[in-house]
Amino acid sequence: MNKRLTIDQLQSKANDIRQDIIRMLGAAGSGHTAGSLDLADILAALYFDIMKIDPSNPDWSDRDIFLLSNGHTVPVQYAAMAEAGFFDKEELMTLRKLGSRLQGHPERARLPGLENTSGPLGSGLSQAAGYAYSLQYMDNSKHRFVYAILGDGELDEGNVWEAAMFAGKYKLSQLIAFIDRNNIQIDGNTEDVMPIGDLAAKWRSFGWHVFEIDGHNIQSIINTVNMAKAITNRPCMIISYTIPGKGVNFMEYDYKWHGVAPNAEQTETALRELKASSDSEDTK
Amino acid sequence: MNEYPLNPDLFSDKVKMEPIRAGFGRGLKAAGEADDKVVALCADLTESTQVELFRQTFPDRFVETGISEQNLVTVASGLAMAGKVAFASGYAAFSPGRNWEQIKTTIALNDQPVKIIGSHAGISVGPDGATHQMLEDIALMRVMPNMIVIVPGDSIEAEKATLAIAKNNKPSYLRMCREKTPIFSTEESPFEIGVAYILREGHDVSLIGTGTMTYQLLSAARILAGQGINAEVVHVPTIKPLDREIILASAHKTGRVVTAEEAQIAGGLGGAVAELLGEKLPTPILRLGMQDRYGESGTPAELFDFFGLTGEYIADKVADFVRDTPQYHRD
Repeated sequence: MNKRLTIDQLQSKANDIRQDIIRMLGAAGSGHTAGSLDLADILAALYFDIMKIDPSNPDWSDRDIFLLSNGHTVPVQYAAMAEAGFFDKEELMTLRKLGSRLQGHPERARLPGLENTSGPLGSGLSQAAGYAYSLQYMDNSKHRFVYAILGDGELDEGNVWEAAMFAGKYKLSQLIAFIDRNNIQIDGNTEDVMPIGDLAAKWRSFGWHVFEIDGHNIQSIINTVNMAKAITNRPCMIISYTIPGKGVNFMEYDYKWHGVAPNAEQTETALRELKASSDSEDTK
Repeated sequence: MNEYPLNPDLFSDKVKMEPIRAGFGRGLKAAGEADDKVVALCADLTESTQVELFRQTFPDRFVETGISEQNLVTVASGLAMAGKVAFASGYAAFSPGRNWEQIKTTIALNDQPVKIIGSHAGISVGPDGATHQMLEDIALMRVMPNMIVIVPGDSIEAEKATLAIAKNNKPSYLRMCREKTPIFSTEESPFEIGVAYILREGHDVSLIGTGTMTYQLLSAARILAGQGINAEVVHVPTIKPLDREIILASAHKTGRVVTAEEAQIAGGLGGAVAELLGEKLPTPILRLGMQDRYGESGTPAELFDFFGLTGEYIADKVADFVRDTPQYHRD
């Protein structure tokens, strides 16, 4: 592992990832913008600080595992992987195009470093739990962790709660999951479409340790994961409050940006704004 | 012709009866002994799907998932990611009945070595009724790219099939039944994934069966012989990949084809054989099995009678088919 990045540098990585996302989606002409943007800080923290990974050896047997359960936000993962050096950044522009390794939703078999296939919602937490079960009960591998991200709209799916019960029963302490609590799904705000209520209480009642954090505060993300790693008798759920479309003013808080890509003009505007905030960070 | 030794007691009172799932239970334990990467999961049906033997032998390699078939197969996918060969067992009505999309997305699309074990399939589950009689699973699994689909004919073959899928490094579906059924094969009979076997040679009609129906076809062929009809019996334990060569050669020889399965004929073995013949060797075909309807409660024997799937009923239907259908001769 290289020298650790500072929080400022990690924030700058998150900004780079957001710019990549806008460029990719602009070039693709379709895709999911809001959730991809709001996860940039968590992915920057995971790929550039938290996770034990080796981009030059994606199958490294000692690596940590990352599963994106809400696969429609995969542009953020592709961008983080490219920034981390899993593949060349130019390849990002092939997103959603014929023959690309960067499929519209992630496919494990296509791209080294992608651990799972997702898109149809609700299955990623069970897969993460299966992997964590193997580490904890079958492989005696105590120093590897499995990270998963779920969308909040995704919590409508029953499979998620089957996984919640399973991980709780087996006290899968090497499983650390995030919920991207951005309050939107395709048809509107989550509490209008299908209220999910007191999330923290729900997960606690299933035997999880629950944290609630600002999903855009990279220091807080890192600190929370460190604490989660120290909890050895339960799986951990980090409910991360995020702003959909984070970083691009005209996209923020608007559920209509869930499943839409920016057009050429919107791409320009968004990139200008992201570059400006990056420059102001630099001169701070 | 490949040599396929049949149980010498096949048509005597001494013929051994055993549930197909019992062979799976023994095969799974043997697979576990041969490879410590083999693990097993079950959704609250450990005893009845015969995973109990494995659980007792390898308690640390057994995972109970509770009544959650979506979780069952997605946890299995996670275990496969971690390098395991995962056998996920349940009742076919629920797995793959309820969790088909998860199997597709998290297992088949990734080409992962997860083994979906669907027990209590077919009408022979009997009194439980239509909700529990899985008849669509062959079609559901056959249409899925990368998936291997195996329907053993008896418990001995199920044991061999279990050992074979433990080693094939592919997503695989193994279909099993609850009831005791006659053992028609022997320990020496061959089993290889993707291979069909001629159990009896004939030249008037090809009787092509899978699973429990192969025994019924053997019985039917015996009855037909008394009526001067010489039927060839082809056993197809692997629905996918289908042994095209053996089936085409038999159809070419006899010019008439009958398929039989304890499942919907649409998309099942009958569908697979009809597709093959339609493309390569158009041949008159009669498909026996479930004809686009659900089952219902009854004893297995009553249901086999009711749906006309015993050797006697099949012999009658085949005799009519042979009488009414000119043998399709080719140059």
